[in-house]
Amino acid sequence: MRIDGLGLVDRNRPVAFSFDGKPRRGYAGDTVASALLAEGVRLFGRSFKYHRPRGVLTAGSEEPSALVTVSRPGPAENTKRAGAKAAGGAWTANTRATVQEIHDGLAVSSQNCWPSPSFDLLAVNDFLHPFLGAGFYYKTFMWPGSFWEKVYEPAIRRAAGLGRLPKVDDDTPREKAWAHCDLLVIGAGPAGLMAALTGARAGARVILADETPLPGGRLLSESLEVGGLPGADWAARTSSELRNLGVRIMTRTTVTGVYDGGVFGAHERVGEHLSDRPAHLPDDCFWRIVARRAVLCAGAHERLVAFPGNDRPGVMQASAVRTYLRRYGVSPGRRVVVFGNNDDAHRTARDLAAAGVEVAGFAESREGVDIPGDFPVWKGARVVATRGRLGLRSVTVRHASGTEEVPCDCLAVSGGWNPAVHLTCHMNGKPVWNESVHAFVPDPDAVPGMEAAGAALGQFSTRGALKSGAFRARRALEAMDFKVPSEAVPEAEDDGTRIAPLWFVQAGGRAWLDLQNDVTVKDVRQAAAENLQSVEHMKRWTTQGMATDQGKVSNVAALAVLADATGRPIPETGTTTFRPPYTPVPIGTLGAGGRGEGFAPLRLTTSHAWSLSRGAPMIEAGLWLRPSYFPAEGESHWRESCDREVGYVRNTVGVADVSTLGKIDVQGPDAGAFLDFVYTGMFSTLREGRVKYGLMLREDGHVMDDGTAARLGAARYLITTTTAAAGQVMTHLDFVAQCLKPGMRVRFASATEQWAQFAVAGPKAGDLIGDLIGEPPALDFMGWRPVSPGGVEGRLFRISFSGEEGYEIAVPARFGASLWAALAERAESLGGGPYGMEALNVLRIEKGFPTHAELHGRATAFDLGFGGMMSGGKDFVGRTMAAREGLVDPDRERLVGLKPVDDSGRITAGAHLFGEGERAARENDQGHVTSACHSPTLGCDIGLGFLERGPERRGERVRLVDHLRGVDTVCEVTSPVFFDADGGRMRG
Amino acid sequence: MRVPCPICGSRDSREFYYQGAAVMLNRPDPGAGDGAWDAYLHLRDNPEGETEELWHHSMGCGAWIKVTRNTVTHVISGAVLAREAER
Repeated sequence: MRIDGLGLVDRNRPVAFSFDGKPRRGYAGDTVASALLAEGVRLFGRSFKYHRPRGVLTAGSEEPSALVTVSRPGPAENTKRAGAKAAGGAWTANTRATVQEIHDGLAVSSQNCWPSPSFDLLAVNDFLHPFLGAGFYYKTFMWPGSFWEKVYEPAIRRAAGLGRLPKVDDDTPREKAWAHCDLLVIGAGPAGLMAALTGARAGARVILADETPLPGGRLLSESLEVGGLPGADWAARTSSELRNLGVRIMTRTTVTGVYDGGVFGAHERVGEHLSDRPAHLPDDCFWRIVARRAVLCAGAHERLVAFPGNDRPGVMQASAVRTYLRRYGVSPGRRVVVFGNNDDAHRTARDLAAAGVEVAGFAESREGVDIPGDFPVWKGARVVATRGRLGLRSVTVRHASGTEEVPCDCLAVSGGWNPAVHLTCHMNGKPVWNESVHAFVPDPDAVPGMEAAGAALGQFSTRGALKSGAFRARRALEAMDFKVPSEAVPEAEDDGTRIAPLWFVQAGGRAWLDLQNDVTVKDVRQAAAENLQSVEHMKRWTTQGMATDQGKVSNVAALAVLADATGRPIPETGTTTFRPPYTPVPIGTLGAGGRGEGFAPLRLTTSHAWSLSRGAPMIEAGLWLRPSYFPAEGESHWRESCDREVGYVRNTVGVADVSTLGKIDVQGPDAGAFLDFVYTGMFSTLREGRVKYGLMLREDGHVMDDGTAARLGAARYLITTTTAAAGQVMTHLDFVAQCLKPGMRVRFASATEQWAQFAVAGPKAGDLIGDLIGEPPALDFMGWRPVSPGGVEGRLFRISFSGEEGYEIAVPARFGASLWAALAERAESLGGGPYGMEALNVLRIEKGFPTHAELHGRATAFDLGFGGMMSGGKDFVGRTMAAREGLVDPDRERLVGLKPVDDSGRITAGAHLFGEGERAARENDQGHVTSACHSPTLGCDIGLGFLERGPERRGERVRLVDHLRGVDTVCEVTSPVFFDADGGRMRG
Repeated sequence: MRVPCPICGSRDSREFYYQGAAVMLNRPDPGAGDGAWDAYLHLRDNPEGETEELWHHSMGCGAWIKVTRNTVTHVISGAVLAREAER
């Protein structure tokens, strides 16, 4: 029911939305809950386990009951907005009706009920409740054992639960962002506004975050004055002053987590409250806020009292009733009973009466308390029962002079307040019981650099909150050496906390604690009786405090019941552990920007477009895409293309883009000595104009990477790494230079992206290069020289990864595409052409050149047959440990070539090696195959692998078995070099 | 978590690669013997309280730094360039 003249909603802006398909109306500024309550809707859905009718309990993010499903925009809109895939039938489940703002076109539906919230077939569960108590599924569904997974669990999961997940990809636009400040103020109630004001006036960079759309907190819900102004007006005036002072006010932003070093996580709802969201806005954003200091002004949550039937739609927090009345101009009922154990509840009765709503009576649990007002007051009273199948119809009040049933459609309950200590617990802090306010308050040392203020600290009066906000902010600012001007704290109500604890009412019937998980007082007592007496055990047995609300309203009451059941005081019973996030954050938001190329960025070579134009399938090599092969007309299988491309290199000339290899420019007077230390071989003695193969070890003696080093000048080298290990090698070189050899005068930088480099290989490679540069290449094997193809300064290396006469020509990357086109065209005119990764792999296997299939982290130089490259006269990384007995044991698995005895025999990578005729079982394992291919040059499959005592067994036969692919081949052990063993073709 | 890079200032820990104990700075002589090399490569203390570690600002300036961190409180009390660290 709307109340004229109250509320901060905009009565000039009606909003049309729908609930369960039925058109509904509200005003701009309404939440789903306030708009539906205004329309007289009390039933929002069904409960988790017993499918009991449930309504709205709170007016904030702590809501356990009023969870709804919000439909997401249709495919057309999503596609328009994010260019994403269509997502028909997408929705967001478990949205709190008390948080979701309404907007035109918003479609909301109830959860956990079928066919409707008012007639739900599974409500039968409620009649079965004697069998469905805490931990029932651990005890009831025991036999037969196999039924658990197949029958019981699926059935229970269908019956129980919250909203359903959509079965489509979440393509909602979401973002992540960073913010930095001196002072972060969490919560914009009276304490938060005062803290932010203190910070702003001292000249600090302040961020003020609040989870609601409007700063003010409780001031927007109460009929209280601050500094002579209505609370809401003071809040509006202060917010505008804060904005003028440069404070960043982040509304709709919940600080969800506290992390080491002053880092805070925060979830901002950016666009989900807009009906016509601009294309550049995401749905929501996950912030990481870095703050030097923080003040936690998160307020407090009003707790319920556990009495029979306290879960019916219409039973609400007394403070929530005030919020609906004052903030939204809505009375949740026409005839309201108030039940409380503290003075705060009196405000609800007073405000309702002032707004003309009938107060049917006030049940005050204490004796001897004066409650002025024109309504019946029962002292020493308890609500002992409620009635109303789908919504509250009456409550039964037991008091000193008897028991009476009072008709009403809303019961406002206050059991006292729990400071929102959650964020102070995220770094292992344990809240402390404060007997004077009967609540847990934060441990002051819980989070370095963060202090609580206001109601979050147990300062429940308005003036107390204002003062404590100013005081805590001042302390934080002074610790950061800000000069804080003295300002008077405005006058406001300063009533003390007067409360007599009342956690549960002794009466027959189910009294509810956790409305989200259907946990009753009896469940907690049963847990205690079954010896689950630790609060953490009780939680897991009963599910108290789990799921989306994390028991914000119910936890303290539940542990008070546990304390009572176990005969321990509340502080000794303790709380469960609060962990981030404070309120739910969509996984998609935490992962925003981290899918597809956001997860693994794509690196493209300068020949990429050309490769695509030739129809080359691209494969991933690290972050790079490289062409697999270049299909020619008439070819139907990649092997045909690959064999043809291998033929180019062996017979005429092939060209390939090898720009993805890591390139590192190493400079300085000690560059040579540095390379001597990181490679096994000697590089300081390498002559200018020469190139040398190098092997890098890890300090533990295993091979890390290989590549070449070209001496560009007296104090300059260019080294290459494998594509995949480029980053690792760079990190390693940084480590060696800075940690192990800080005295060396050497600097280096990656040049991978700056240079495009192409291999030109084959008997006609020299002709091609000569034609390109206008003179013979004039280079010996392993030499390099500057060249200028087309007037561009470049470098020509005579190196080979194919075993043929080979060159690699490099130019600055901006000339890569045109040089590649020129090379490909010339190769084709000479009867050759481009070759891709498949052919490149075949060519190197035929020559026994290792890649990371062989350099797999467990291989030593000795295993690879490179023992001779361990230069004896110097220290280098890995030298000492590579000499360990176990790493030079001849029995080790060492690199060999493998060839089928019968040419048609198959060899596959990953196959294992056994003695000929031996059983293919683990205990007979002698090694495995690391690389395999079909060699068109040899006309059979070949492979590289590691075999026990391998090099000593050349000519022997072994059994090769691949259980996965069903391969069983007798192979001959050979040299890893299958082709042109003396390297004559390569050297020319 | 924030790491104070001596070159870049306070930066998010995600920009860094964590290596391990700062004993890696004290590489033994080649002839120091198996025991010294084994300890250098494989043996690590697991202290409760302050510890010194090597971090690499791999997504930043590329500096290797020696960080003093408390394993109980996670408080990072300082960082120096590995190049300039005492050995």
